[in-house]
Amino acid sequence: MPANFMPSSAELLRFLPEMILIVMGTLLMVLEPLTKDKQHLGVIALVSLIGAAWASVMAYSNPGAAFQSMLVIDGFATFFRVLVIGVGVLTLFCSFAYLKRENAEDGEYYPLILFSVVGQCIMVTANELIILFIGLEISSIASYILAGYLRDDKRNNESALKYFLLGSFATAFLLYGISWIYGVTGTTNLAEIRRVLANKDIAPSLGLIGTSAALMFVGFAFKVSAAPFQVWAPDVYQGAPAPVSAFLSAGPKAAAFAIFLRVYMTAFESVADTWAPVVAVSALATMIIGNFAALLQNNIKRMLAYSSIAHAGYVMVALTAHSNIGTAAAMFYLASYAFMNVGAFAVVTHFARKGEKYVSIDDMAGLGWRQPVTAALLTVFLLSLIGVPLTGGFFGKFYIFKAALDANLVWLTILGLLNSAVAAYYYLRIIVVMYFKEPGESTADLQPLSAGVQAVLWSSAAAILVLGVYPSLVLDFAGQSAALAK
Amino acid sequence: MSLLNLVLALPLIGFLLVLFLPKNNINAIRLFTLVLTLGIFVLSLGLTGPFFASGNGNWFVTDVPWIQSPEIRYHVAIDGLSLWLVILSTLMTPICVLVSWNYIKDRVKEFYAFLLLLEFGLIGVFVALDLFLFYVFWEVCLVPMYFLIGVWGHERRIYAAVKFFLYTMAGSVLMLVAIIFLYNKGGTFDYVNLVELIQRGRLTFTHTEQLWLFLAFFFAFAIKVPLFPLHTWLPDAHVEAPTAGSIMLAAVMLKMGTYGIVRFCLPMFPNAARECAPYIVVLAIIGIIYGALVALVQPNMKKLVAYSSVSHLGFVVLGIFSFNQNGLDGAVYQMLNHGISTGALFMLVGYLYERTHSLEIKDYGGVANISPGLATVFLITTLASIGLPTLNNFIGEFLVLQGSAQVNIWWTAFAATGVILSAGYMLWMYQRSFLGETNEHLKGHMHDINARELAAALPLLILMVWMGVYTKTFLPFVSQANARILEQSRSGVELRVVNQNPGGNVAAVREIPNAR
Repeated sequence: MPANFMPSSAELLRFLPEMILIVMGTLLMVLEPLTKDKQHLGVIALVSLIGAAWASVMAYSNPGAAFQSMLVIDGFATFFRVLVIGVGVLTLFCSFAYLKRENAEDGEYYPLILFSVVGQCIMVTANELIILFIGLEISSIASYILAGYLRDDKRNNESALKYFLLGSFATAFLLYGISWIYGVTGTTNLAEIRRVLANKDIAPSLGLIGTSAALMFVGFAFKVSAAPFQVWAPDVYQGAPAPVSAFLSAGPKAAAFAIFLRVYMTAFESVADTWAPVVAVSALATMIIGNFAALLQNNIKRMLAYSSIAHAGYVMVALTAHSNIGTAAAMFYLASYAFMNVGAFAVVTHFARKGEKYVSIDDMAGLGWRQPVTAALLTVFLLSLIGVPLTGGFFGKFYIFKAALDANLVWLTILGLLNSAVAAYYYLRIIVVMYFKEPGESTADLQPLSAGVQAVLWSSAAAILVLGVYPSLVLDFAGQSAALAK
Repeated sequence: MSLLNLVLALPLIGFLLVLFLPKNNINAIRLFTLVLTLGIFVLSLGLTGPFFASGNGNWFVTDVPWIQSPEIRYHVAIDGLSLWLVILSTLMTPICVLVSWNYIKDRVKEFYAFLLLLEFGLIGVFVALDLFLFYVFWEVCLVPMYFLIGVWGHERRIYAAVKFFLYTMAGSVLMLVAIIFLYNKGGTFDYVNLVELIQRGRLTFTHTEQLWLFLAFFFAFAIKVPLFPLHTWLPDAHVEAPTAGSIMLAAVMLKMGTYGIVRFCLPMFPNAARECAPYIVVLAIIGIIYGALVALVQPNMKKLVAYSSVSHLGFVVLGIFSFNQNGLDGAVYQMLNHGISTGALFMLVGYLYERTHSLEIKDYGGVANISPGLATVFLITTLASIGLPTLNNFIGEFLVLQGSAQVNIWWTAFAATGVILSAGYMLWMYQRSFLGETNEHLKGHMHDINARELAAALPLLILMVWMGVYTKTFLPFVSQANARILEQSRSGVELRVVNQNPGGNVAAVREIPNAR
């Protein structure tokens, strides 16, 4: 008997990225007191992330399930694994100069990033609700700490506390939903749940399934900051250290969308007609709240937070379409969104300076003439967020709304696209300030870009343009992987 | 690489090259842009070759896949409709470079870079035959113009730039919905394929679908034209833009809207177009009269010219929705005429502004006494703009009015008042600013037109006369292209024989459109 519990080497290989990250994260914790120059730890973290990304790609050469089908390594999982690891890498590059500036070069920062990423990796590979929950918790707990990383800073504390309290509440809902679904179907495996729900003879009543799906929706909607569970996002993103905000708005969000898509597109697919209208309403509300609230913001971090809510709304539109095209569109969108948002936050990281003193939009006056390269790259990110053609953001929106129209969601499409016209206004405001206003005091003592931030900006901008001009590179893969293992 | 691809690619390459030129060497930047844009213009003249040799058709076709799924193709070609619009774009760009030579003193590099990017977008809009590609170019035009207005404009430039961007964006997202809907239904973004599918009845829409699709496209175009009551962005954008921006906006960008209507709305949604025609025509006529009346009372020259654009573009829309050869020919001809004469007007107003830093008519007076050369050029342009026979606008307006009279004489009667009013506001402006006593403020500031300024104006003056007396150079290809579009836009219309001779010869076939 015990031999059965010993996973095969193929299964271990499929789990290799997570193993690398866990081992290295723990090792970094141990090394922390022994190292003088903490930046070395960051370099080790960087190397382990790159190793994990490589392992994820390798794992896909032999796709399949692992550990009694608790995990599944398919194209979908690989896509998101690479994406969240990539976000982790970009975040680390943003962080080096930031931590130095804030005198916060404690070694804990790096393992926390690794743990959060490993949690997200587990989430996206989970084929089973308990594993999914464990992954979510690993990722969340690390994120809570990261949000309050500068513990002497008031705003950091507020951010972490809010995130922790509301986050725990939401995960409780999710867990409650999981227990309901286990109660009514007798399993936590997604494929099994799907089988039970699809079989009319043994399927529990729609009310029971609906309740459990709704409870899980609360948890997921919180994690992706979808209405009406979005209120935490602006406060948390505003308060958290800028590189952490970049991380939170891209990595955990992408992972949360991955499980959202996987659960709703596999386990609950047979009752899609019941949940799709709910998701549609939530999508619409998310877009409207995010965009209209962003119009009123003066703090750039807060504005980007509302904008990230709005973008969650667009992805929810893709989920509403509940088709393979929709899933592929959501995948593509999350990838391009990660680059443009991390890029924009990287500029904020650079611009805010010590103590995040300059985070008002008006502070950026004349940046375009003081630091043309920084401003030009930020303009690329903003144009992509607006959705101007030849950027990844445009193709993302295009595919999402194409999927929505395919599913006959005409009104949602029209309202969504009109929303994106509204969004143009607040992104343009930044461009207006950067280029159309004369340089003020706030840009006078701006240092040149640090090497790390520069790397993030250039690589993100390049990725956005590549996704915008030749989207097939990513879209073809997304399209092939969109048919989830069922 | 076909000539068309070269003409399209050179501005983009130029844009990238200018970005890498040293910032402080202003002369090199200006000279490089001028030589490049002149080169593009000369090359673009080569595009007329096959037209003169073998008549109208889709020439210089390039059709290669760009994105596999969904299938988006890089499909560009040029026909009689787009030929002159492309050449208009390539002509206006070097003129803008000349006009901006001394006017733009700050951020010179960025200015010329954006001008080249704008040229790229504009040429792209006129040659794209894939709906998706068209949309891409459509939006690409938006960004450089936004910066041109916002960075180098006058006092209220930010308001004007943002308003311009948002108006256009709001319209174009609806067009995007329609484009995606067409793809989902027809399985292709390719304009030629789509029109063929619609012609053959293999792609049909319900009445409501066609109406909404038409409106989605039309709304995007109408904002750009601009059609009353969607015109409010235009005075702001024109007045606040730097001279080169105003010229490009008036001369070429407004034509994107009317071109779009002719190219896409008529052939793809013929029935809906005809159904909406009466309403659109009413709006166009209101625009003609309203624009002229508002122009009449403007104290600001640039605003006056801007409102005159609303009025002139009303004629274009009126001509298009007459659905006959004369009307459509006149409309397209009028697009070119308006580009040349209004472009020239904005240029000349810009010259005045450079001298005195004022756009108020009351600050001028007696300019002709000090600057006779400038006054002469201005007078010729004014006369062209009001439609004096032998100058270009006359031909376009006449054809439009003739075409609309064939449909409904009342349309013509009302629209013709616009012609009279235009003589009123233009000549009155000329009288107040150029004739009479010399204004005290002008002494010391005013000097006559110089060689560079004349060089920029001269091609336009020549064209005003050329297009006014020898239409044969320009009109035949336009007519042929229009005939094809009219043919396509007739497909959905019921034809009924109204009078049959005993011999069986059809004497007259009259269209029975849905709503006329």
